Amino acid sequence: MQNKNIFTYIILSLCGLFMIMPFAWMLATSVKSQFEINKGNNGFIPYVESDYLDRDGDGELLRCKILKPAPGDSLWINIFNENNEIIASYLKVSASKVTHKKSIKLFFSNFVEAWKQVPFGRYFLNTIFVSGISVLGVIITGSLAAYAFARMRFKGKEFIFYLLISMMMVPQPVYLFPSYILLDHLGWLDTYYALIVPWLANIFTIFLLRQQFKSIPQELFDAASIDGCSRFGALWKIVLPLSKGVIATAAIFAFIGSWNSFMWPLVMIDSPQLRVLQVGLSYFSSEASSQTALLMAASTFSILPLVLLFLIAQRHIMASFVSSGLKG
Amino acid sequence: MVKKKFDIGPYLYLLPALVIIIVFRLVPILFAFVLSFREWSINGAGAFIGFENYKKLLADPIFWQSMLNTFYLVIFVVPLSLFLSLVFANFLNSITKLRAFFRTVYYIPTVTSMVAVSIVWKMMYSKETGLMNYLLGLIGIDPLGWLGESKGIFQLMFGEALPAWAGGPSLALFSIIILTVWKGLGYNTIIYLAGLQNIPETYYEAASLDGANKFTKFFKITLPLVSPTTFYVLMMTTITTFQVFSQIYLMTGPGPTTGGPLGTTKVIVYYLFEQGYDNNNYGYASAIALVLFFTILSLTLFQRRLEKKVHY
Repeated sequence: MQNKNIFTYIILSLCGLFMIMPFAWMLATSVKSQFEINKGNNGFIPYVESDYLDRDGDGELLRCKILKPAPGDSLWINIFNENNEIIASYLKVSASKVTHKKSIKLFFSNFVEAWKQVPFGRYFLNTIFVSGISVLGVIITGSLAAYAFARMRFKGKEFIFYLLISMMMVPQPVYLFPSYILLDHLGWLDTYYALIVPWLANIFTIFLLRQQFKSIPQELFDAASIDGCSRFGALWKIVLPLSKGVIATAAIFAFIGSWNSFMWPLVMIDSPQLRVLQVGLSYFSSEASSQTALLMAASTFSILPLVLLFLIAQRHIMASFVSSGLKG
Repeated sequence: MVKKKFDIGPYLYLLPALVIIIVFRLVPILFAFVLSFREWSINGAGAFIGFENYKKLLADPIFWQSMLNTFYLVIFVVPLSLFLSLVFANFLNSITKLRAFFRTVYYIPTVTSMVAVSIVWKMMYSKETGLMNYLLGLIGIDPLGWLGESKGIFQLMFGEALPAWAGGPSLALFSIIILTVWKGLGYNTIIYLAGLQNIPETYYEAASLDGANKFTKFFKITLPLVSPTTFYVLMMTTITTFQVFSQIYLMTGPGPTTGGPLGTTKVIVYYLFEQGYDNNNYGYASAIALVLFFTILSLTLFQRRLEKKVHY
């Protein structure tokens, strides 16, 4: 029995390694020197490999490059300084003073370099602004609509409900260019409006919240109404406080969706200063296509905020999968 | 009996959401139908041309190539993803310690943006400086062209003797298939795990008493009882795979090699995007979009009917 368990853990770890491998490689590559990458250091360890000259025999090493052997057991070399500039060329030294060495060296400067090459700061602010307002809107419009669906009776409820469900099935490519034309007519193309207003309501959020609002016992509403609590008062004082967890989950999902959306902002935005992170990153990837290290650094800081958010909020997210209507 | 007064309240609560959804979702969806029957370019509305866009589509070799590429993508991604996620979920379900840890690790690719991971995978597939060829080199295999390779994977495996139509997806498309499976695996695993946890433990205990072994239990209990989840995962994965765009855009285009080597990674949404974004052919793009929509819709309905037949 014990052995079987160990076998399971080994399999799970191998699968886990496969899932995590691209990120491990991304991190490793983000701190490599591009020089080493081009030389063929394409594994997981950001080492620097070079020849070194111990000129005075005191252990202080100077980076050098062997040009060719010289007569009498010596070598012609070039010596470099920290910035890869030649400080001495065609120097003849004794071969015993030159050693070959691999050492781990991390080039965190790649992050600074990538951040400076294109205005990533601006892209981040745009993304936070757009995602923040969208999420706020989605939660407000979603709560109001879900409240109506969950706790009120009115004519046309079924019809509206099924209309929403069927619209959820329509893939984004269908309404992408029609929306483009519509936004063009509104004069909203290439403005924040195009990124925010169409995403201020979200059908999925309405369903998620409706499910939760329905599960609140009717007695609470009856009691509130006896106490003279209005319909909106009940939403504010009963429903919302009891639904904090689900609202947080809905907000996280909406935020992830907004943060990661790409095709929509790519089509709707033209001006570089309005680019969101994903679009900016995409342009950066074609501009710096040969700069592997910089691209990996940029990918790292683009991914990081959401991974951190996920790690903090994962209990909410996972719980919602178990409890959401997936019982078939 | 007093007739109930008309209550406007509920509609006021619905109003904000409905306004946004009607104006920015329903109207554009309906507009897509109108567009598909028209010429519509950067100059605005053109003539009503009936089914011309659709006729052109049926005679368009690039459209059929894109459909074939999309079909390859779906046919590989969906079974691979379903199989692997069920296996992952089963292993996860059989342990107690560290389950949350592994679940988190598997789920991380799902929350990261497709743009960023496409860039990472593109670099991993790089012919000269990528991880894949580095790893192949360690075990003494010659470097592969990955995203630049237009030859079909079966052709690469079984040689040139294979007829062209049996070549399968290009290695370039297959590279994207691997990334797409990897990206969606965590989500499907979590859904499967939730499905597995709904199966009552008593069934397995009863089967054990009857002397069933592990495999019998899996095929006779787990698989049938998890089938509602399987249908859900199947449907969701099919729908999302049909709409693959970002990874194609980032890994094999735009630029001189747009749509991959010899167009072998051009999928349907990418072709639609080209028609709309690069050529401003909004009418034609809408026709492509609606063909995509009805393909997805009919597959979904077909899967639903199948589900009703196989319901336990």
